[in-house]
Amino acid sequence: MVTGQFVRKLGAAATAMLALMPAFASAQEIGKGHPEPGQFHLQQSVTPIMDSIVAFHDGPLMWTITLIVLFVLALLIVIVLRFNAKANPVPARFTHNTLIEVIWTVLPIVVLIIIAIPSFGVLSDQLTVPDGERKFLGANIFSFGEVEVPAASLTIKASGEQWYWNYEYVDDGVAFDSNILGAAVDGYVQTVKPNQPRLLAVDNELIVPVDTTVRMQVTASPSGVIHAFAVPSFGIKIDAVPGRLNETWFNSRETGIFYGQCSELCGKDHAFMPIAVRVVTAEEYQAFITAFKESRDYASAVAVLPAIQ
Amino acid sequence: MSEAAHLEAHATGHDHAAHDHHTPTGWRRWVLSTNHKDIGIMYLVFSIVAGIVGGLLSGFMRMELQEPGIQIFHGLASMVYGISDPSGSIDAGKQMFNVFTTAHALIMVFFMVMPATMGGFANYFAPLMVGAPDTAFPRINNIAFWLLPVAFILLLMSLFFEGASGSTGFGGGWTVYPPLSTAGHPGPAMDFAILSLHVAGVSSILGAINLITTILNMRAPGMTIHKMPLFAWSVLVTGFLLLLALPVLAGAITMLLTDRNFGTTFFAPEGGGDPVLFQHLFWFFGHPEVYIMILPGFGIVSHIVSTFSRKPIFGYMAMAYAMVAIGFVGFVVWAHHMYTTGMSLDVQRYFVAATMVIAVPTGVKIFSWIATMWGGSITFRLPMLWAIGFIFLFTVGGVTGVVLANAGADRALHDTYYVVAHFHYVLSLGAVFSIFAGWYYWYPKMFGYMYNEFLGKLHFWTMFVGVNLIFFPQHFLGLAGMPRRYIDYPDAFTLWNRVSSVGYYVTFVAMIIFFYATWEASRKKRPAGDNPWGDGATTLEWTLSSPPPFHQFSTLPKIDSTNAH
Repeated sequence: MVTGQFVRKLGAAATAMLALMPAFASAQEIGKGHPEPGQFHLQQSVTPIMDSIVAFHDGPLMWTITLIVLFVLALLIVIVLRFNAKANPVPARFTHNTLIEVIWTVLPIVVLIIIAIPSFGVLSDQLTVPDGERKFLGANIFSFGEVEVPAASLTIKASGEQWYWNYEYVDDGVAFDSNILGAAVDGYVQTVKPNQPRLLAVDNELIVPVDTTVRMQVTASPSGVIHAFAVPSFGIKIDAVPGRLNETWFNSRETGIFYGQCSELCGKDHAFMPIAVRVVTAEEYQAFITAFKESRDYASAVAVLPAIQ
Repeated sequence: MSEAAHLEAHATGHDHAAHDHHTPTGWRRWVLSTNHKDIGIMYLVFSIVAGIVGGLLSGFMRMELQEPGIQIFHGLASMVYGISDPSGSIDAGKQMFNVFTTAHALIMVFFMVMPATMGGFANYFAPLMVGAPDTAFPRINNIAFWLLPVAFILLLMSLFFEGASGSTGFGGGWTVYPPLSTAGHPGPAMDFAILSLHVAGVSSILGAINLITTILNMRAPGMTIHKMPLFAWSVLVTGFLLLLALPVLAGAITMLLTDRNFGTTFFAPEGGGDPVLFQHLFWFFGHPEVYIMILPGFGIVSHIVSTFSRKPIFGYMAMAYAMVAIGFVGFVVWAHHMYTTGMSLDVQRYFVAATMVIAVPTGVKIFSWIATMWGGSITFRLPMLWAIGFIFLFTVGGVTGVVLANAGADRALHDTYYVVAHFHYVLSLGAVFSIFAGWYYWYPKMFGYMYNEFLGKLHFWTMFVGVNLIFFPQHFLGLAGMPRRYIDYPDAFTLWNRVSSVGYYVTFVAMIIFFYATWEASRKKRPAGDNPWGDGATTLEWTLSSPPPFHQFSTLPKIDSTNAH
């Protein structure tokens, strides 16, 4: 029984190794906002920024590195077959070949330049908060930008604490803490939101509206340590540094809960301060933020939204 | 030989060769050693001991990560601290996991890889290869080695002193970022770790000065710098990297020390300092450090590939200057470890471009090794298997480095297991494979005996399967978003973590085979002969007996144009 499972898993592993090939990579069914069992691929994108990261990684990068590795492997196999002592008893004595040396210096430079073109575009998009005018790449990473992204209309400040996150709606002057659900002694198995994944589910999600550009300001408690705010399906990751206010942005086109985890070692509970962003419709968000501003109590404000299972 | 006898020997006008008749014996031979070969052996033994400790630490981590949830460390913590309360032991266990990751990294970097390459092989073989009787500063060599056990003991002591309040050891990662390494760990554990790094740093700088001087000044007549074997080149370049990079680390951790103990605020925002400043200083050292770990391996692999192909090295000058280029560019790419700290767009663009440049000289090296083998008459003896394994695995680790060099892609992969997979492919599979390649290549020379080739090949194949099982699936974990330095993970990451842990057990078996093979070789005492590798082995160490005499080259070898490299 156990052996059977193991063999099946090895089979799954072999399948997945094959599937690392870029052509197969997009075939894997993956959920949104959280990792799936056995996942071997980037998380599914819901923002223009993550679109460009996925397109860049699965496209030019994966093709280049896969082909290079296969090329080197092929050369090594040829060497093993053709130039072993039996097949080739007398070694050649050449030590130079200017042409081929020039080729293997220049060709990598050309490949790197081809990689650098979309790379710089993807990077520039990440570090430029939309003003409503500038066009973004999205998945068209070899273009000059075609995706319309509205100017940021909501600013949220996330502060990393030991070991939870504090979120402040800067424009509305309200804030709340977000803690992991479940207790360490129970292995963080929780029953409050039974369908939400262990170690990712939090008591209070950050609520943001869909199709809205959100400016994230990220810092850490002045007397605390460095954390990092990351949401893989948004394609964002930025350090929360005491004494610094870092900035990033996202614009989610889908509603749902999108999870991330602290991504800079911050002490004992580094693995236990997840990030959960709940993207809701514009109307739902309005109802929520109005109630939050009125009551200044997250629990009662979030009650206006449908309950999370 | 005692100091007095040494002086007497000079005073009475004995020539240098007379010393050979008074080779020291017993503990004096080792503890007071000024002999580069004996010191090299001590470095190698030290490296093996440290490697066992570092490897066992990672074993606890892989056992913990085999299943989601916390299974190992709360038990370990309750044993160590005697905590009976379950939530207390879990808390202590979480911190202990961080302490283990930190210690694993520091031990593997400073006490396993560096002593093996720049300590062991460089000390033993760089002087032989350049035709020198010993290193330039034999007594500095002695102190450089003996500082290392001191540093190691300080690091091990740090595990048993209070770090974060209520627990022992420093658990802030080998990068020792403040404020976690200052306010986050108020106890003396971090001070012990800083002192340990200082002492290890002094040791490395002294070793580097000694090796640089030896290589620049003590080459045999006729051995111009452009006829010098590539391993000596790699040691020379690495020596300069150590000399320039380690003082920066020393400065950074001294500032950390004064921040911790004397009220300075270099890295404390409340006093006008900046935690990110430390990261710049650390990585200005830390990035050259990764080349310090891999460059000697480049040198070792070049000789092995040439020896077993029975063919001279292809593109010798390009190979030598590719290492110089890697060393040089390695100093100007440090902030690619810091893409998520909030650096401006222009800064990130520069570091992307600079980092990608390194792929070019690295590619030259990979292709030149392949071209050296091309047309060769290759015997697949054990060192050659490790060298070919190195070339392939280093290529895999190298290309994921190209992925990570792109700040845009690094956004998704930074601080995830993808990074863990990447640097273990270049270090745990790259550098370590080159160390085993060197070990099996030079074992007959160092000890005079031949190992059992079958056992060695068993070691190679078991380890090859094992380490790939450990680290290849970690790419998947990283792509799926699993962060590094996590004691527990969402259940979706279970499969690849389990495969990775199985890989650890396979590697563990491989290490047992290694120790058995080494023990077997020392028991069977099969004489190896001066040169067991045939006419492909052209460097000077193969002209000597196995093991070489206590002092070699009392008549310096003359190098003519035919027996270069």
